[in-house]
Amino acid sequence: MARFVVNGRRVEVDVPDDTPLLWVLRDEIGLTGTKFGCGIAQCGACTVHVDGQARRSCVTPISSLEDSDVTTIEGLAAAADVPDSDLHPLQRAWIEAQAPQCGYCQSGQIMQAAMLLLEAPDPTDQQISDGMAGNLCRCMAYVRIRKAIKLAAAKQEAN
Amino acid sequence: MDAVTTSSMSRRWFLIATASGIATGMTSGSAGARVPVERSLGEGYQPTVWYTIADDGKITVHIHMVEMGQHVGTALARIVAEELEADWDDVTFVHVDTDPKWGYMVTGGSWSVNHNFFAFSRAGAAGRIALIESGARAMGVAPADCVARDSHVIAGARSMSYADIVSRGLVERQFSKDALEQIELKPASERRLLNKDTKARDIPAKVDGSATYGIDRTVDGMVYARPVMPPVRFGCVVVDVQDQAAREKVPCYLNHVVIDDPTGTAQGWVLAIGETWFAASRAAELMKVTWEGGQGQHVSEADLIAEGERVVEDESLGSIFMREGEPGEVLSTAETVHQGLYTTNTVLHMQLEPVNAIAWRDGDVWRFHGGNQWQSLTLPLVAKALGVDPSKVVFETSYLGGGFGRRLYCDFFVPAALAAKALDRPVKLVLARGDDAEFDCPRSPTVHRVRSVTGEDGALRAYDHACAAGWSTAPIAPNFLAEGVDGGKIDPFSINGADHWYAAETMRVRTINNELVQKTFLPGNLRSVSSGYTHWAVETHIDEVAHALGRDPAAYRIALLDAQGRNAGSAPHAVGGAARLRAVLERVVEMSGWRDRDDLPKDVGMGVSGAFGQERGMPTWIGTVAQVKVDRKTGELDVQKIWAAVDAGTLAHPDGALAQMEGAILWGVSMAVHEGTLIESGLPRDRNFDTYTPLRMHQVPALEIDFVINDHMPVGLGEPGVVGTGPAIGNAVFHAIGKRLRALPMRPADILAALEA
Repeated sequence: MARFVVNGRRVEVDVPDDTPLLWVLRDEIGLTGTKFGCGIAQCGACTVHVDGQARRSCVTPISSLEDSDVTTIEGLAAAADVPDSDLHPLQRAWIEAQAPQCGYCQSGQIMQAAMLLLEAPDPTDQQISDGMAGNLCRCMAYVRIRKAIKLAAAKQEAN
Repeated sequence: MDAVTTSSMSRRWFLIATASGIATGMTSGSAGARVPVERSLGEGYQPTVWYTIADDGKITVHIHMVEMGQHVGTALARIVAEELEADWDDVTFVHVDTDPKWGYMVTGGSWSVNHNFFAFSRAGAAGRIALIESGARAMGVAPADCVARDSHVIAGARSMSYADIVSRGLVERQFSKDALEQIELKPASERRLLNKDTKARDIPAKVDGSATYGIDRTVDGMVYARPVMPPVRFGCVVVDVQDQAAREKVPCYLNHVVIDDPTGTAQGWVLAIGETWFAASRAAELMKVTWEGGQGQHVSEADLIAEGERVVEDESLGSIFMREGEPGEVLSTAETVHQGLYTTNTVLHMQLEPVNAIAWRDGDVWRFHGGNQWQSLTLPLVAKALGVDPSKVVFETSYLGGGFGRRLYCDFFVPAALAAKALDRPVKLVLARGDDAEFDCPRSPTVHRVRSVTGEDGALRAYDHACAAGWSTAPIAPNFLAEGVDGGKIDPFSINGADHWYAAETMRVRTINNELVQKTFLPGNLRSVSSGYTHWAVETHIDEVAHALGRDPAAYRIALLDAQGRNAGSAPHAVGGAARLRAVLERVVEMSGWRDRDDLPKDVGMGVSGAFGQERGMPTWIGTVAQVKVDRKTGELDVQKIWAAVDAGTLAHPDGALAQMEGAILWGVSMAVHEGTLIESGLPRDRNFDTYTPLRMHQVPALEIDFVINDHMPVGLGEPGVVGTGPAIGNAVFHAIGKRLRALPMRPADILAALEA
């Protein structure tokens, strides 16, 4: 029995210890915003936050999560104390930049970008390249992902 | 059927029927808050009914193309709204299932906007005409004294909203197919939406995790499946399955199903079934399956390329795709023949959402859910596998986590269906990344022999292109093969793009099916289809000719684009012909500072290409310049910047058009420099993103993209951006280091080898 917190809610799941967090989120808890892309931590589509760190949930065994605090794309705004039903500033920037194409990688991109902005609130191009290189976008919407990160950083600065 | 009845028309709903026109009701309530799916509701529907207007004035457009990143619903709804004179805020859309009323369903070829432009425009115009007539009658004025704007019919100071007209049941007119075809679209000067920007309606759900993809759906009572794949695509028969280890070690493992497929689609597949996908996946890894038979186990990429080289040299093989005059005579008597052999290696789709399918029985109907670009191909295939009538099969859709042609041939629905039938339970089949890559329908390796003869002024006196590829259409949709010029069959999707727009006194394009490819794996269509490789050959060859003649490669191309004869273009899709390609080349030359390219630093070069996509019949015109830097020590190729001037006619959704060009150009960069695989032992060598390496954020070059804005027929945008990029990069490498690369991709080892040669 694994016990941890997802998006502020305590959960208990009875699954084998080696079950990756990704599949617990998707198939047990029903949070399907976190995506399966590669299964080997190479594409970043499954990125979530575990105790304030960006983690690839496809290679994070559930047994490593005892009492951890997990945030997924569905809980990102609330975790940042954004008022109910509103979007996280990164999500708003993503819309403003019209970043997604197919959209499948974008949960992971946004979760990764949220960590990047915590570490580098006004990131340089190089910091964006370094911070986001682990997140593949097969539609190659990279130009707009970069633009959206800069928009969010600028808004953050202005506030 | 031209007879039209209004008897079944509900007061509450107003429908435009574009074919035979029986009006009927349809609710527009969404099936799930963020699921862009609408089941077909009600009865008596007719094909080609494209939108409803409800009592409250809300207009729901029915989108029969799938959404895979191109924002297709927004683009098509804009086309309807333009002629309907609708207030854009009143317009929504739903993606529909496979009710026969929608007609043929395939999303690919960059066709969606082009192929549906007239039908959707006329449907919109028909609504406007009918609403004006009805509104005029209600207001006691003549229709000619009314105009429609922003969902209102206006007569001087008076007006009625569309909601008012519809909710009062005042609109009755229906249009036959003939009547629709006679509708004249409004002049471009009266357009209020097309060529103007808007936000894509699918984007909000794609930033908060609520967008539903195929892999996200569940059905009550379903079990999960992952396949165990046979050693090769064709001919494997399962003789033994040992699942003892799975039974012992995987708590939620249920069983396995050996797929016995009467259609021969899924040969030698075994599905591991679990209560969770992780259990099915673990079980699949632990299972020991023994097969016999199989073909192609010993075939390598080198074998496939060697076979291509053999068949392009044998003029007795293949079929003639196009011919102008007789280049053979000129070639055989010329003193100098420019000749090049160009190749491309195997490329994988690697869309980020692995292919998946849910199959379940719903009464006497089989329902399927999952990303599917070609429902009209998949549906009869699955019906045949199940032994049921196609009328008893329905495919539902949701968002696709990337298409790029991977989901044109949806073989994976067949084993899902057969497993659901065998188990009598809903089955959700999800391929792991490695399964998906291994049994992808990759872009075939290709070989091209291009020969040309030039006159004193540089004119092409003869041009001859022979291309060998594993034809993608022949194995899956033989009805789509075309007739060759001299008889025989042609797969246009394996040669399109070779029929370029440069003036040539004589010209011939021969296409040969590389049968060894087809015996080994299933070649498929990948973003930009054949134009992704034919342009590599054409645009590299033309560059070589320009250099051989001592001509500037951009000026030489421009000189060859005389827009005469076969290159004059035709209405409506290719008005202006080669003159429009000339214009974008001239524009990109200005944008990029091409004339100063010889002042660039050492080992930095610029290359150009003039390209058209997706096919000659609906050309988007693209002039591309690439700037690259070559590291002579490591062979690393740094693509620094790409400039592109693009003429795609009218843009239904300009920002979406730009997004498609950005993504497609980066695909071109990626396929030229970063990705590509080799066939080993009959299957792709690379199975995941550790060794298959598409472009990432830190490798993105600067992009400068400029659209020509005009009112010509909209053409395509999903794919054309790919095709000119690779050759522009290759030509830039030549400018940088004086070495000609004739094979895609261009890896550091290839560049080092070229430098040493």
